[in-house]
Amino acid sequence: MRPTTRRILAAATGLALLAAVPACADDEKQAAENVPGVTDTEIVIGTHQPLTGPAAPGYSKISAATKAYFEHINSKGGVNGRKIVYKVMDDGYNPANTENVVRKLVLDDKVFALLGGLGTPTHTNVLEFVKTQKVPDLFVSSGSRNWNQPDKYPTTFGWQPDYTVEGKILATWVKQQFPGAKVCHFGQNDDFGRDSLAGVEKVLGPVAAKQTYTTTNQQVGPAIGALKAAGCQVVISASIPGFTALAMGQAAGQGFRAQWVVSNVGADYTTLSNQLGDKKVILEGMVADNYLPMVGDTANPWIQEYTKIHQKYNAANPIDGNAIYGYSMAYTFVQALLAAGKDPTREKLVEAVQKGGFRGPGLTPFRYSDDVHAGYSGVRLNKVQNGAQAYFGPTYTTDDGDAAVTEFTEPPTTPPADAIPTT
Amino acid sequence: MTATRPSTRSDVDRPARPSPLRRLLPGAPATTGPRGSTLLRHLAGAVLAGALVVLLTNQLPPYQNLQVARVCAFLCVTAGYTVLVGLNGQLSLGHGALMATGAYTVALVQRGFDERGVQGRWILPLSLLAAVAATALAGLVIGLAAARLRGPYLAGVTLAVATLVPAVSTIFTGVFNGEQGLRFPAETPPAFLGAYFQPERWLAWIALLAALLTVLLLANLVRSRFGRSLRAVRDDEVAARLAGIHVARTQVLAFVVSAGCAGLGGGVYAVLTATVAPGKFPLELSLFLLMAIVIGGLGSLTGAVWGAVLLVALQDLPSLLTETFSLSGGLAQRLEGNLALAVFGLILIVVMLAAPGGLHGAVRTVAARLRARRRAPEH
Repeated sequence: MRPTTRRILAAATGLALLAAVPACADDEKQAAENVPGVTDTEIVIGTHQPLTGPAAPGYSKISAATKAYFEHINSKGGVNGRKIVYKVMDDGYNPANTENVVRKLVLDDKVFALLGGLGTPTHTNVLEFVKTQKVPDLFVSSGSRNWNQPDKYPTTFGWQPDYTVEGKILATWVKQQFPGAKVCHFGQNDDFGRDSLAGVEKVLGPVAAKQTYTTTNQQVGPAIGALKAAGCQVVISASIPGFTALAMGQAAGQGFRAQWVVSNVGADYTTLSNQLGDKKVILEGMVADNYLPMVGDTANPWIQEYTKIHQKYNAANPIDGNAIYGYSMAYTFVQALLAAGKDPTREKLVEAVQKGGFRGPGLTPFRYSDDVHAGYSGVRLNKVQNGAQAYFGPTYTTDDGDAAVTEFTEPPTTPPADAIPTT
Repeated sequence: MTATRPSTRSDVDRPARPSPLRRLLPGAPATTGPRGSTLLRHLAGAVLAGALVVLLTNQLPPYQNLQVARVCAFLCVTAGYTVLVGLNGQLSLGHGALMATGAYTVALVQRGFDERGVQGRWILPLSLLAAVAATALAGLVIGLAAARLRGPYLAGVTLAVATLVPAVSTIFTGVFNGEQGLRFPAETPPAFLGAYFQPERWLAWIALLAALLTVLLLANLVRSRFGRSLRAVRDDEVAARLAGIHVARTQVLAFVVSAGCAGLGGGVYAVLTATVAPGKFPLELSLFLLMAIVIGGLGSLTGAVWGAVLLVALQDLPSLLTETFSLSGGLAQRLEGNLALAVFGLILIVVMLAAPGGLHGAVRTVAARLRARRRAPEH
C-alpha cells in the first residue's frame, strides 16, 4: 500500500469512528421541547389538498373555505387567545406528492396537527408516517374506512360518513324505490370505490355489473359502454366530481338512460354544472346524499352564518357544497381544539376527539369513541330538480358493519352566535 | 491498422462514425498510472465520503436528512444510468419503470413477510437484494431487445416501458392495488441507537450505504476491462468487434448492471416512505433522470451526484417559491404543476450551450484552468 493511500485510509477510519458517536443528546432535547406548532399566540396546523390535477375542480375550494373560517375565528380573538395558522400544500391528488408535502409539514414546518388531508389514495400513503410521528390527523377528507382503525392508527380520525355507511343507505333507498331493477356500480379503483361497493352489496347482494375508473385516465367510455350493455337501470356511482361529470356525460352521449345515484363526494350540483356547462341538463333527476345543510337552503341558519363568513373572507370563490364542507369541518376542529383545553397537547387533542359529543351543522351525530374513529353516522338523500339540489325523505343512520339502516329523527342543531363554538 | 485499399480524403477526415452523444461526453479517462490498487483507492474514497455524510446527517434536522436520503436513493439510479447512456451509448427512457420494478419488489417482499408475521432486521437487505435481482432480470429482457435496436428505436421501446407502469398497476389491481399503491411496514432505527434517534437519520444511512456501494462497484467496473469494452462499443462497434469484444453481450450486460442499480435506487426510494404507488414513477421521472445525468455530466459518476442533487432540489422548488413569494392563487396553482419541468428544461439548455460536458465537466475545466494559472510563472 502506498503511503498516500494509507494516510487516506487512516483518516477515513478516524472520521468514521467519530461519526459513529450518535448525536442523541440533541434529539432528546428536541423531543422534550414544547408542543410542536403551539406558541402563546399561535397554533400552526397543516393539510394536503389537490389545488391542481384531476381532483382540483371542486375540491380546491374546500381549503379556501376552511381558511376563511379560521380567519373569521382569528378576527374574534382565536381559540383560547391563539390564532390558527392553516398551511395548505398542493399535492395534485398524486400520492407521491402527498408523501413529500406531509413530511415537509410535519418535519420542517412542525405543525401541531394535520386537518382535513384530502383524498383516499393520497392520505392512505401517509398513515404510517403520521403514526410514527404521533401527529393528530384529524378529519381526513374522505370516507374510507382506513381512518377508522384506532388500534393501528391511533391518531387518525375520519369526519364524513364512510363510504360503506353511505353505500348501505343509498342501496336501501334503491331497494325500496326500484324493486327488482338491475342495479350496477361505478367506482374509483381504490378504497373509495371498494368500500362503497361493499356497503351496496351488503344490502342488495351482488350487483348486476360493476365498472371502475382510475384518476389518471380520462377514458370512461368503455366502462360506461359496459354498464349500458349490461342493461343497468340504476347506477350507483362512487366517483369524484370530475369523473361523475365524465361518466354522466358519456352515458348521455351513448344514449344510456339510467337512474344515477351518486356518492356525496362527487355529487355537488354547483361543481358538476360548472364542469358540464351547457350539458348540465343531464344532471336533472340525479339522486345523491349529504349530511350537511344544503347550500341552496337559504333559510337554514348554518347556511346564513356561513354565507356571511364567505362574503367577507372568501368572496372570490363560489359558495357551493365544497365550501359548506370546508366551513363545517373547520367548525368541528375548533370544537375539538376547545375540548383539548387551554394548554393543548397532541395527546389532549386526540383524547378530546375520542371523547366525542360534538354536534354541529351535520344532520346526524358523530360516531367517535375510544374504539371508533369514524365520523358522521348517516346521510339524507337529495335530488336535482329544475336546476336545484334539495333534500327529500328522512335522515338515516347506520354503521359500517351489519347494523340495520334506521331513521334518525332528532331535529338539526342551530349555530351559536357568529358560528363560533363556545365549548 | 493495415488498410488494403488506398483511403480517400473524406475517409481520413471523418472519424469513424461518432455516436451523436459524443459531444456531450468527457474525453478518455485519465490514465490512472501505477498508483496502487484502484479498488483500495476507491474504497478509501467511499469510506471518507460516507463518514462525511454521516457527520453531516448527525447535524441536520429531520426533513433535511430525508432530502439527503433522497439524493442517495437517486444517486444509485443516476450512477447506473450514466454508465449505460454515457459510457455505453445506449439511450434508455425507461429507467423510471425500472425504479418502479425495484420499488414494487421491495413492497411485495416486505408485505409478504409482514402478512406471515415474520419480523427481523434482515428483511430490509433481503428485499433490496430481491429488488436488484428482479430489475436486473427486467434489464436482461430489455437489454436483449436493446442489443438489436439502435438510437431512436431503442429510445422508443424503452419509452413504452416507462408508460407501462400505471397501466400494469391498475390492470393487476389485486397485486399492485392500483393507483393507491402498496404500503409496507416503515423502517425504524434499531433499538441500540437510543429511543430518541431520528428515524430520518436512520433512513439517510440506509440510502447512503446503498449509494456508496453502488458508486464503489461502478467506479471499479468503469476502470476495469469491462469498462473499456463499454467505451469501445460506444465509440465504434465494428472496431470493437475487430478487437475481439462481444458487442451484443457487452450491451446486454451494461443494461443489466444499469437496471440493477435502478432497482436498488427504486427500492431504497420506496423504503424512505414505506409505500409504493404508480404516481411516484410517472413518465416524467424517466425524462427527469435523463436530463439530470446530462446536466450533471454524461458518463461521469461525479456528474451522477450532481444529477441526483438536482432531482431532489427541484422536487421542493415549487412549494419553496410559492411560500417565499406570496403569489396569487391562480398563478401559484399553475406553477405548482409545471415549474420543475420548466426549470429543468431551462437548466438543460443553459448547460448544453455553456458547458457541453455538464456541471462535472464545467467544474473540471475551471479547476484545471486555475491549476494552470497557479503553476504558470508570472511573465
